[in-house]
Amino acid sequence: MLPGDFGQAILGQAALPETVAAFRQELGLDKPAYIRYFDWALGAIQGDLGTSFSGRNASGADRSAEVVDKIAPRLWNTLFLASMAALIAVPLSLILGILTALYRNSFFDRSVNTATLTTISFPEFFVAYILILFFASLNQIFPSLANVDPDTNFGERIYRTALPAFTLTLVIVAHMMRMTRAAIINLLASPYIQMAKLSGASQTEIILKHALPNAWAPIATVIAFNLAYLVVGVVVVEVVFVYPGVGQLMVDAVRTRDIPVVQGCALIFAVTYILLNLIADIIGIVTNPRLLHPK
Amino acid sequence: MNKDTKTYSAAGEVGSILETRSTFTRLKIELTKAPLTAKFGIFIIIVFVGLAIFAPLIAPYGEAEVFPEPYAPWSSNHIFGTDQIGRDIFSRLIFGARNTVGVAFATTILAFLIGGALGLAAAINRSYLDLFLSRTVDVLMAIPQLIFALVLLSIFGSTIINLIIIIAVLDSTRVFRLTRAVSLNVVVMDYVEVAKLRGENISWVMRKEILPNILPPLIAEFGLRFCFVFLSIAALSFLGVGIQPPTADWGSMVRENASLIQFAQYDLKAAMTPLLPAAAIALLTVAVNFVVDWFLHKTSGIKDEK
Repeated sequence: MLPGDFGQAILGQAALPETVAAFRQELGLDKPAYIRYFDWALGAIQGDLGTSFSGRNASGADRSAEVVDKIAPRLWNTLFLASMAALIAVPLSLILGILTALYRNSFFDRSVNTATLTTISFPEFFVAYILILFFASLNQIFPSLANVDPDTNFGERIYRTALPAFTLTLVIVAHMMRMTRAAIINLLASPYIQMAKLSGASQTEIILKHALPNAWAPIATVIAFNLAYLVVGVVVVEVVFVYPGVGQLMVDAVRTRDIPVVQGCALIFAVTYILLNLIADIIGIVTNPRLLHPK
Repeated sequence: MNKDTKTYSAAGEVGSILETRSTFTRLKIELTKAPLTAKFGIFIIIVFVGLAIFAPLIAPYGEAEVFPEPYAPWSSNHIFGTDQIGRDIFSRLIFGARNTVGVAFATTILAFLIGGALGLAAAINRSYLDLFLSRTVDVLMAIPQLIFALVLLSIFGSTIINLIIIIAVLDSTRVFRLTRAVSLNVVVMDYVEVAKLRGENISWVMRKEILPNILPPLIAEFGLRFCFVFLSIAALSFLGVGIQPPTADWGSMVRENASLIQFAQYDLKAAMTPLLPAAAIALLTVAVNFVVDWFLHKTSGIKDEK
């Protein structure tokens, strides 16, 4: 239950108390927690997330890097992967949702439903390794390691991140598709849809022209919510595919107890998550202004 | 009792009604009526619990017993081969049931104790306490759970106790919200008011008046929460910051043996090895989901949409 002491961890059990104390002083760990917090928060507002603990050693050599410099190149990689997954997942789940609503209770609907229910229950790394087994190991179509660097060109980058993007897609499509289907089916019971049906409109016309425009609000909310979920899912997937993203950096930092890096990564993940949830709420209100006036 | 079905007799009808069913018979009837998916789920859960309880008796070798040959292929000696330092995979899978499922179960129970008690208290005492707890929960839920857990683990260190407490506290926020929401409807009932007027203290009102009436949704939530806790612990262990070696755990087993997947073309069986613990995790999650679905169906009468 002891809080992690980085000084003790890096200098080893045998280190003299004076050495540890000096090391702690150098890192600023001797100050009280609240002062360090305000220092960090003040710096974070100005874009300075502090200096990484790692890169220092007992001999006094200092090769530590700024947290911002560590995160910045990786953030772009993570955003690239997340947006690639979103670009595949969002249209796919919309089309599947509309199709299953159109042909509901058919064999197609039931099989898609069962498939999505199973992918929801699977851990991300299980999905990832199954994909690796089939598409990278048995049939060598895609690489199993998504190692990209700044020099990788765009096409190569897409090719290498294909499997991680597919994994993320499979994980989030299920939820989005089910919500789309539920939102449309919910609307099909309303009187104006009955009216359209009585006026002789075809099923396709009813769903695309009458139901869908009113279903956008819940669908948009769910999409934004799932994109926020992508932020978390990306951590595990990055580790599986050894993809140089923020998630991988954060997990490594947690293992070495490099608190400034952990803080920086967590800040970025939390901000993205909160922003996307905020966007979801805003879309909900814009498409349905009645939400502005609670009863 | 009149067994003759052709003639009607009131005594016969009353007689058959008077036959009271024991809890066991009723359970048996419910189970035979349960859909196939629920039966499958219950079967899987019983198997896993059995494995967890009798692990040392079932497993052919010890949890951390090391054999000379690392990465041994599947054979009669080692059913699923051995891992990177020569431990028997099959035995570790069985012990993993005990460790992974046990830790997830303990975490879920702790989450329900914290979230349930605070949720009930907030619903009864709807003043500053409710306001304070609800806003705290809002803040905790604003940060993605896995990220929050990673931060806390890096501060406190990855021991099993820390893992259980951290995940339980983070997960109790959801339990708190549900408990508070469902008990708000019960708190306003007359019999709760009567109990308060009678002078019962808050703990009595919580346990004897409100809790029995909000139990069904809480039990269903327990199943779902267990799945989420189980998956997040598996994810953390997979990332190497959850349950630490040499304790056998399904999440870290996947990671340790992941490189075997590259040899699928030469030895498909060996390549399947890292997938086994992952499949065990998925199987249990699916099974619990099936049972929860059936239970929700039974208690709330929710029917599928037309």
